[in-house]
Amino acid sequence: MVLLELKDMCCYFGGLKAVEKFNTKIKKGELVGLIGPNGAGKTTVFNVITGIYPPTSGEIFFQEENIGGLPSHKITQKGIVRTFQNIRIFPTLTVLENIIIAYHFRTHYSILSGILRDDNYHQEEEEMSKKAMELLHLFDLHTYHMNPAGSLPYGEQRKLEIARALATEPNIILLDEPAAGMNPYETIKLMELIKRIKEKFGLTIFLIEHHMQFVMGICERIMVMDFGMQIAEGTPQEIQKNPKVIRAYLGE
Amino acid sequence: MTKKQISSSVNKKMLAYDKLPNWKKYAFISAITLFFLALYISFFGIQAFFQQLVNGIQLGSIYALIALGYTMIYGIIRLINFAHGDLFMFGAYISCFLGNYLMAHNFRYPFIVVLIFSMVVTALLGMAIEKIAYKPLRFKPRLAALITALGVSLFLENFFALSPQNVPFPLNKIVFGPKYILFPALIAEKTYNIGGIAINNIKILIVIITIILMIALQYIVKKTMIGKAMRAVAFNKDACLMMGINIDKVISITFGIGISLAAASGTLYALTYGQLQSPYLGIWPGLKAFIAAVLGGIGNIPGAMLGSYVMGVSETFATSINSNFGYGIAFVILIVVLVFKPAGLLGKFTKEKV
Amino acid sequence: MKIIKNIFNLIKGYYKFILITALIYLLFQIFDGSIPIAPRLLTRYYMQIIMFALINIIMTVSLNLINGFTGQFSIGHAGFMCIGAYTSAYFTTILFKAANMAYFPQLALFIFSLIMGGLVAAFAGYLIGLPTLKLRGDYLAIVTLAFGEVIRSIVRSSDEIAAFLNQIGLVKFSETIAKISGPRGLSTIPNLSKFWLVYLITILSVIIMRNFIYSTHGRACLSIRENDVAAETMGIDTTRYKIIAFSLSAFFAGVGGGLFAHVLRFIHPNNFSFIKSIDYLIFLYAGGMGSITGSILAATGLTILPEFLRMINFQQWRMVIYPLLLIILMLRKPSGIFGNREFSFLIPKRKEVN
Repeated sequence: MVLLELKDMCCYFGGLKAVEKFNTKIKKGELVGLIGPNGAGKTTVFNVITGIYPPTSGEIFFQEENIGGLPSHKITQKGIVRTFQNIRIFPTLTVLENIIIAYHFRTHYSILSGILRDDNYHQEEEEMSKKAMELLHLFDLHTYHMNPAGSLPYGEQRKLEIARALATEPNIILLDEPAAGMNPYETIKLMELIKRIKEKFGLTIFLIEHHMQFVMGICERIMVMDFGMQIAEGTPQEIQKNPKVIRAYLGE
Repeated sequence: MTKKQISSSVNKKMLAYDKLPNWKKYAFISAITLFFLALYISFFGIQAFFQQLVNGIQLGSIYALIALGYTMIYGIIRLINFAHGDLFMFGAYISCFLGNYLMAHNFRYPFIVVLIFSMVVTALLGMAIEKIAYKPLRFKPRLAALITALGVSLFLENFFALSPQNVPFPLNKIVFGPKYILFPALIAEKTYNIGGIAINNIKILIVIITIILMIALQYIVKKTMIGKAMRAVAFNKDACLMMGINIDKVISITFGIGISLAAASGTLYALTYGQLQSPYLGIWPGLKAFIAAVLGGIGNIPGAMLGSYVMGVSETFATSINSNFGYGIAFVILIVVLVFKPAGLLGKFTKEKV
Repeated sequence: MKIIKNIFNLIKGYYKFILITALIYLLFQIFDGSIPIAPRLLTRYYMQIIMFALINIIMTVSLNLINGFTGQFSIGHAGFMCIGAYTSAYFTTILFKAANMAYFPQLALFIFSLIMGGLVAAFAGYLIGLPTLKLRGDYLAIVTLAFGEVIRSIVRSSDEIAAFLNQIGLVKFSETIAKISGPRGLSTIPNLSKFWLVYLITILSVIIMRNFIYSTHGRACLSIRENDVAAETMGIDTTRYKIIAFSLSAFFAGVGGGLFAHVLRFIHPNNFSFIKSIDYLIFLYAGGMGSITGSILAATGLTILPEFLRMINFQQWRMVIYPLLLIILMLRKPSGIFGNREFSFLIPKRKEVN
């Protein structure tokens, strides 16, 4: 079943064609990678899918529904969530609060019950804490749960961001350079973690990464971008042999 | 309509405006402005119109000099220097005292001496304030410096408003006292009547001095080494440190220049009105000039000039209709402009990079 | 039954808080002579200052809701206060004559008028928030400031508005507007803000705002402060929550304004100028952004400090010392007295789950 489909998606900034006619179909349960040299427009693809920029033209279908141009929070509520290249956690809030905020749009109690502290409030708050703690256990972050998120080491902050994204209970998760700034050991750990959560939650994953070992080792299918255009698509083996890709990375 | 629909329809209308080509935007804005001006002329006549225009340009010049300082300081350290209006006041008082002295001793060209002296002294005070109160907070949360600026502003007003007889010896020579004082007539006023419009030599002088100072400023910022350093510091302080630019010095000089402009404005203001009400007189011109700077796009020097003249002219026109209206118009224009152009008239709206 | 259970739960959760507030209330009652077991230390004048301190607590905590917790920069809080003050005074002084009423109808009318003041202010907050919340940082700040000043000049020109309404034939409406008597100030407001009522409303307001912050809706606001892009991708409608925070804050500012009008018993638009907004900004930052405790302590302390200086014969110097202390505080502790820490009884307990 096709989960996410991009049809001729374009994104221009004035005269700059950041993304030009991007087409792809991502099936449920796939793990797809997006690679390309710096400035190829990879992050812009993510920004357009998650509604941070509206597409200049083209369509984005998610579960057969056109989501192009919807505001970001609506898209998250439909089941697409992302992480950021430069970590964007909530630094002065605690680790636990970081996760609980992701449950926000699934809570039902009103502002009034929040103010009056009625049973709905207590029940839902307790449920959220419990779910959040379970998730933190899964990511081995539970020992920090009362620490401010900004005080965590870099690698743990990355993990927290992924955990927070998972807390929105998405169908597909877009990871923007999850291994950036990690050492080799942490990278291997992260690969295992991504595989594990994919199995456990039945997730579809779409990720950008520069770390070739990481991409080749984990992705089932890879897309390559250069200058806003999609230049290749295929299995890791195919991509490694593709002359266009080699040219994009190494030059003529 | 529900809340969401209203909010989305408002957003859509704004987007529709954003998408217009530039010339259509300008045509739209000029059409509205012309409509109001035509309305004014039809009610009050063409003569009143030109008279108010002249007065507006004069007021706009006074605002412009303050606003330039605001915008320079904001541009370089992202600080709204609330004490700016009070340094404007300080400049006016200094020139008042020196002016009285010079007039008593029959000096030849008192005005120019007074202007330059007050600019220099006020600039020194401003640089001292920067060293003591703002510099330690440079890499601290931005709002801490803002509150400090408010504190400095309150301190200057209230300190100089102390009455000399209540203050112990060394300080009683410094304070100005709360009462109003007359400003010496440094220049004999001559009024010319051109086609029924009264223009006096002071108005002409103010506009000329403002233009000279603006050109000098533009020259400093664009053509000199220190101007280049200023722009570099405004852009990226860390990179400047690595390039061997002494950012403390650059910031200090920027303060000096910005505040000397405020002092010049204070002197011109005092010359126009012939009196100084109290040491609190800087609050409102300071605020208005700040609004003018925001209107033009804060951090942008031509923007500050444009904003000031728009404000000065619209304020005099509105005041000639009704004094309350004149007071409120600046704020209304600001809100309307920012709703349509969120970064001011000449500012660029940059979306955060994700 | 359910309601009773809820109330019981509420009390059970807050016994410490209730105990402390009750104790403070009792102390006040003892020292102002209501309970005659100690000499009367607090004269009527001091009680009035304490009531102002309480009102300032409401104002500062509500400003904290926008500036500290939602991370938006608003400096026009006195504008909302003005709306609240005039709305509630309109109900108690102009529309009905509360002064001639029996005790309970009077109390009911007063509470009704406070709520109306809050609602009108909240609506104004909503209106101004809708188009302007896409503005960032200082631009938003200056628009809120401008908004406050526009409100003030509208009230000040109530005579002109009344004359205009009279001309177009709305005589009755015009008479009511004329009674506001903007430029001369509205006097003969009945003395309805009794100490116990101000105290109770302050506590209720603080609890409501605190409960809001520690609910999922409040956390949505916090996430906007921390990182608005990330908040948006966590499924939070940031625009909606900014507007909610803005309106809620304006509501309490309106309530505070209503109380203020009935303590002072005379209101003039100049009471609500931007200088007043700046006062609240100072209270907020001195206490610490994002700390309710800090807001409460700073609002109380800084309201009483000038009066204390007056008491020990520093009358002349009090407005000089106050800004100096502020500058020193900011230089020593740039994040305010409390930073973003809280007294433990203000933080709700979260059940430990492991």
